[in-house]
Amino acid sequence: MTTRTRNRLAAAGLAGVLALSACGGGGDDDGPVDLRMTIWTANDAHLELFNEIADAYIADNPGVASITFDPLPFEKYTSTLTTQIAGDNAPDMAWILENAAPDFVSSGALVPLTEKLGGTEGYDLDDLEPATTALWEADGELYAYPFSTSPFGVFVNNDLLTDAGQPTAAELRESGDWNWERVIEAAAAVNDSTGKAGLVVRDFDYTGWDNLSTMWAGWGAQAWSDDGTTCGFDQPAMVEAMTFLHEAIFEQSALPGPGSTADFFAGDSAFTITQISRASLLEEDGFDWDLAPLPAGPQGEYSVIGQAGLGVLKLSKHQEEAADFVAFMTNPENSAKLAQFFPPPRASQLTAETLGQTNPLLSPEQLQSVVIDGIATGIVKPSHLGQAEISETVRAQLDSLWTADADVAGVMSQVCQAIQPLLD
Amino acid sequence: MSRLREQPTTAGRARRWWTARRRDQLAGYLFITPQILGTALFVIAPLVMVAWYSLHEWNVLAGSFEFVGDANYRQLLDDPGLPGVLAATGVFSLGLVVLNLSLALWLAIMLNRRFAGTTVFRTVFFSPVVVSLVAWTIVWGFLLQNDGGINGLLSVIGVDGPNWLRGEATAMGAVVVVQVFKNVGLNMVLFLAALQGVPRELYEAASIDGASPWRQFRRITVPLISPTILLTSIITIVGSLQVFAQIDVLTQGGPGTSTTVLVYYLYQQAFDFHHFGYGSTLAMLLFVIVLVLTIIQWRMRRRWVFHEN
Repeated sequence: MTTRTRNRLAAAGLAGVLALSACGGGGDDDGPVDLRMTIWTANDAHLELFNEIADAYIADNPGVASITFDPLPFEKYTSTLTTQIAGDNAPDMAWILENAAPDFVSSGALVPLTEKLGGTEGYDLDDLEPATTALWEADGELYAYPFSTSPFGVFVNNDLLTDAGQPTAAELRESGDWNWERVIEAAAAVNDSTGKAGLVVRDFDYTGWDNLSTMWAGWGAQAWSDDGTTCGFDQPAMVEAMTFLHEAIFEQSALPGPGSTADFFAGDSAFTITQISRASLLEEDGFDWDLAPLPAGPQGEYSVIGQAGLGVLKLSKHQEEAADFVAFMTNPENSAKLAQFFPPPRASQLTAETLGQTNPLLSPEQLQSVVIDGIATGIVKPSHLGQAEISETVRAQLDSLWTADADVAGVMSQVCQAIQPLLD
Repeated sequence: MSRLREQPTTAGRARRWWTARRRDQLAGYLFITPQILGTALFVIAPLVMVAWYSLHEWNVLAGSFEFVGDANYRQLLDDPGLPGVLAATGVFSLGLVVLNLSLALWLAIMLNRRFAGTTVFRTVFFSPVVVSLVAWTIVWGFLLQNDGGINGLLSVIGVDGPNWLRGEATAMGAVVVVQVFKNVGLNMVLFLAALQGVPRELYEAASIDGASPWRQFRRITVPLISPTILLTSIITIVGSLQVFAQIDVLTQGGPGTSTTVLVYYLYQQAFDFHHFGYGSTLAMLLFVIVLVLTIIQWRMRRRWVFHEN
């Protein structure tokens, strides 16, 4: 091959590389920017509302050309988001689940928002309930807006309870019997007489153990101490709670056993523990249902909340624009719109009247007892630095609990032995 | 030739340079260029990058990327979870290879005979190969539930089936069987092709000499299809070491860690726990294991593969 030919080939190769680079895009730094937000919901109604808010923002902000909402599967949400970040494809904004909050907030992955939100006209940062922002703050800075603060409640199929000769949820509450012991008794009766499932802890399925906090909190149990350094699984309150649950599953058949499933919203179970946003799964002409707060445990009444935060990633090339959109999306006006799906953290909007306007399926009494009271007194589901690794370790240890002859105290002790090094 | 040398012209020189040989060479290079580029971009480059990442502590969320030398490799040696993971990987691979190859060979021998409906049976056994792996696994996940289709069938004959995916003794077996049924058709087709290449006269001659069917299988069939056995065993072993989707969909590594195989473990470390450096080190371990096994198989071919000795 002559020198001339070699040079021609090299030039052709270089031209090809340059052409490919040009096709790869990149943006015009001076022109309008494109923003992208990862979310876990692909619900059409949710997306319609998000896009409506985004369109209103774009109309007043020519510096932003488009805002895309990128739904990722819930089960792998945080892993997929992390993979996008590792692959240099980080979104500008992300919806962050509460179990990942400590990792995102403490790592410095998020842009501080206090100044931006506080400086936005009419925003009223002080309106945010302090209990809802605690998980998303560090050193006095707010790193994500607690977009959805949703208490867990119990949806009840009154038809199944009646078929089984059990009182309805309202009757149980009226008679002062709305407690775990009585609910499990009713659940077992439903299973025994109808063949349907009694109680389903939604999203648990014998792997998502943090959803069990909606039960064990009634015994005053905690996965770990408030400062996160000491394992709580082997404490007497937790052992008592898990013993109660184990008996409910394997002796009373009040919950579907491992490897069995039942969908409350399809009419397959009497009770389900979940968040109010799932009310959208109820059919208009379906069964007679009710929504009640979590039943009282031995320690009395309590509430557990799940959260999601909305933050701006530091890896975003358009941090300023992204933070500005977050301020717009979560201002009082848009927060009220979002309240129809996601209970807001704004104290002024946490009224049965406001929530009732956007939640036609739920009565003012249900909204007051489950949502408003729940947010005021609720504890957040367990979250810790390195939550994913802790969660997987607990899951692996708890697997031996889900057999009929398990030694509950022994398994709880094993859980602590396994996760204590991760808590230190 | 001598006249050409005496009367050189520009056109003549160009014609001499652009010979048929050079044209064929260029065509050859052009044909293999996509493959070389693909290998360089999607095999060599990622391998080098993973090796580089394995020498770093990479916290994706914090955006830190720190050189730590052999720290991840030392962690590999001290990882208390790794022996269990390697054991689970070994059990899965062994179970899959033995079941897959023996079942594929048996099916191929059966379907190599002439009887009505052979084509239908071949299609039935091969069709899972073209089905989406995740869809196939999800369906089997439903079938293997405690109240699923498999136990429903067992109950018809009065057998109380186990909770397949929740029992430490049954979960790995269930995952292996799901994978065997998914891919046995591919090896079956390869074996069928090999069987049809074995000359019939050899069997006829052996029959005349009084050789039993088993002796014919051992002395004629196995040696003559041994190159295919080598190929399928390499493909199946390497494939078994890379199993991921089946574990993720069916068991998520449980119960306990009984089905946590190496690829699933490295995925957890890198993408769930954000230990990308250590995940890369585990990927290097997997690469070395695959490489060593493949070299061993390749070297052993001279001992038992027909035409190679």
